[in-house]
Amino acid sequence: MVWFKKGILAKKSEEKTVKVPRGLWVKCNNCAEIIYKKEVERNLDVCPKCSYHFRISAKRRIDIIIDEGSFKEHDETLSPKDALEFKDIKKYKDRIKTTQAKLKANDAMICGEGSIEGARVMIAAFEFAFMGGSMGSVVGEKITRSIERAIEAGVPVIVVSSSGGARMQEGILSLMQMAKTSAALAKLREKGLPYISVLTDPTTGGVTASFAMLGDVIMAEPRALIGFAGPRVIAETIRQKLPEGFQRAEYLLEHGMVDMIVNRKEMKSTLARLISHLLG
Amino acid sequence: MAQLHSRDFEKPIEAAERELEELRAELEEDGSLGSADTSDDLKRLEEKVRKLKEHIFSTLTPWQVTLIARHPKRPYSLDHIGNVFEDFVELHGDRLYGDDPAIVGGLATLDGTPVVVIGQQKGRTTKERVYRNYGMPHPEGYRKALRLMEMAERFNRPVVTLIDTPGAAPDIEAEERGQSEAIARNLLVMSRLKVPIVSVVIGEGGSGGALAIGVADRVMLFEFSTYSVISPEGCAAILWKDGAKADTAAKALKIGAKDLLGLGIVDSIIDEPLGGAHRDAKAASINLKTAILKSLSELKGLSVDKLLEGRYEKFRSIGVFKEDSA
Repeated sequence: MVWFKKGILAKKSEEKTVKVPRGLWVKCNNCAEIIYKKEVERNLDVCPKCSYHFRISAKRRIDIIIDEGSFKEHDETLSPKDALEFKDIKKYKDRIKTTQAKLKANDAMICGEGSIEGARVMIAAFEFAFMGGSMGSVVGEKITRSIERAIEAGVPVIVVSSSGGARMQEGILSLMQMAKTSAALAKLREKGLPYISVLTDPTTGGVTASFAMLGDVIMAEPRALIGFAGPRVIAETIRQKLPEGFQRAEYLLEHGMVDMIVNRKEMKSTLARLISHLLG
Repeated sequence: MAQLHSRDFEKPIEAAERELEELRAELEEDGSLGSADTSDDLKRLEEKVRKLKEHIFSTLTPWQVTLIARHPKRPYSLDHIGNVFEDFVELHGDRLYGDDPAIVGGLATLDGTPVVVIGQQKGRTTKERVYRNYGMPHPEGYRKALRLMEMAERFNRPVVTLIDTPGAAPDIEAEERGQSEAIARNLLVMSRLKVPIVSVVIGEGGSGGALAIGVADRVMLFEFSTYSVISPEGCAAILWKDGAKADTAAKALKIGAKDLLGLGIVDSIIDEPLGGAHRDAKAASINLKTAILKSLSELKGLSVDKLLEGRYEKFRSIGVFKEDSA
């Protein structure tokens, strides 16, 4: 339930976003191989040596999945509001401002419509770099509107998740986004329209415990961390070391929680095949 | 942390209550209880206790409210069920994996009307606390709740849920068996369940684990209950990097009854007896019963379409954001 990405994972992602665009070379987080940056980019930000999937931005995700030139963004002016006047060691207002300036994004999600191999879809993708991809009112509203638009237009919905969960700074309002988005999906189901949930590293907390696990088809990227409680919380609760591979995509597949693990290179064609099976 | 978790703020009430008891016992012993000159002393003391309760409970901080919501003597689901409903028949198991003692549920009548009632259940003794997993359900608990709700729909019975959990269980077994899926499915199904649903937070409304039985037409909470996206301690540990800042986090998160009413998260607040539900469980249950009956009577005449549209709009409208009207 927690936007817990203040520790190890958050640092890793900062390393990535800093190193990838600036240097000519990047170090793989998994195999530690030093690789030519252009080569990683050409490979859709997947390590050519070990197939490690780097975290990518929402924009890049949409570029990879949606047919070139077909994407039209929706609700781009939706922006967070500090309803609780929340202040921890920093004011939420200030956090929003600095993050928006740094990322040139209003919040942790881009949504819109486009086509996948010619099939029209509504798509919403998380921006993990924006406060750990945490879900507040804006994310909940964008997902809900995407689903409602899909119902209106009679097209499938795709949500690509990458989130630490609910946004604490919006308190109970963020918790309720779980109910709001799930209720919209229930309506989509009644219309017989497909919803495909794509889980990428990491997807945890309130996002997993709502729309992310409600896909007609759920796919995950290799090695993505997926769970309800964050691994640190679980380790602290049970005071034990967690088993190897716990909460990774492969573990979820083994436990029957996802349909398939899909390499980023096959993501688009797999989505196209699924849509044509479900709607064809 | 020990200091942080103490309920010392209740001590003056307890001391005055003891004093009152002693005086009563004394008067009873020498046979002067009820006589004119002693009843003044008694009245003065009773008034002192009442004023203390009134003062202390009207100035509780959000963190102190959290401690009352978690009070070990606070009435739990089964206490309320026993007081509020008649002829409760508990039903067990999710038919898939097991029976989760952290969620209880079954058939009952409420002033003669048949209902399905479901509640999160904490334990009172150490042994029972462990058995109930401190009120933290596993997926089988949520799936049992779902099974009972679907049964309620088949038999056209309204559903009453009582929320009281620190959160869904965060452990390996819960993850293995699909905690996220279990919670998510409940949100989905509850949003379209074709019978009235009334949910009441009777103690702790802990995050997704609470919401998983809380997608309802009417959501209410007891005066000294909380409903939050994360526990104050958890929030403090992450955002302040210091679990001891729980009192500060509790304030920031706006988890108390008045804030929740103001934010439109709950429809109404249920009064507690003076000094909190743990001082008079029966009186708390009477207020609970009145509130549930009122909500159910408001929902009774609605068509299924109206009911579902109202429920959808209730959650659809939650969220605060800015938008350029272009």
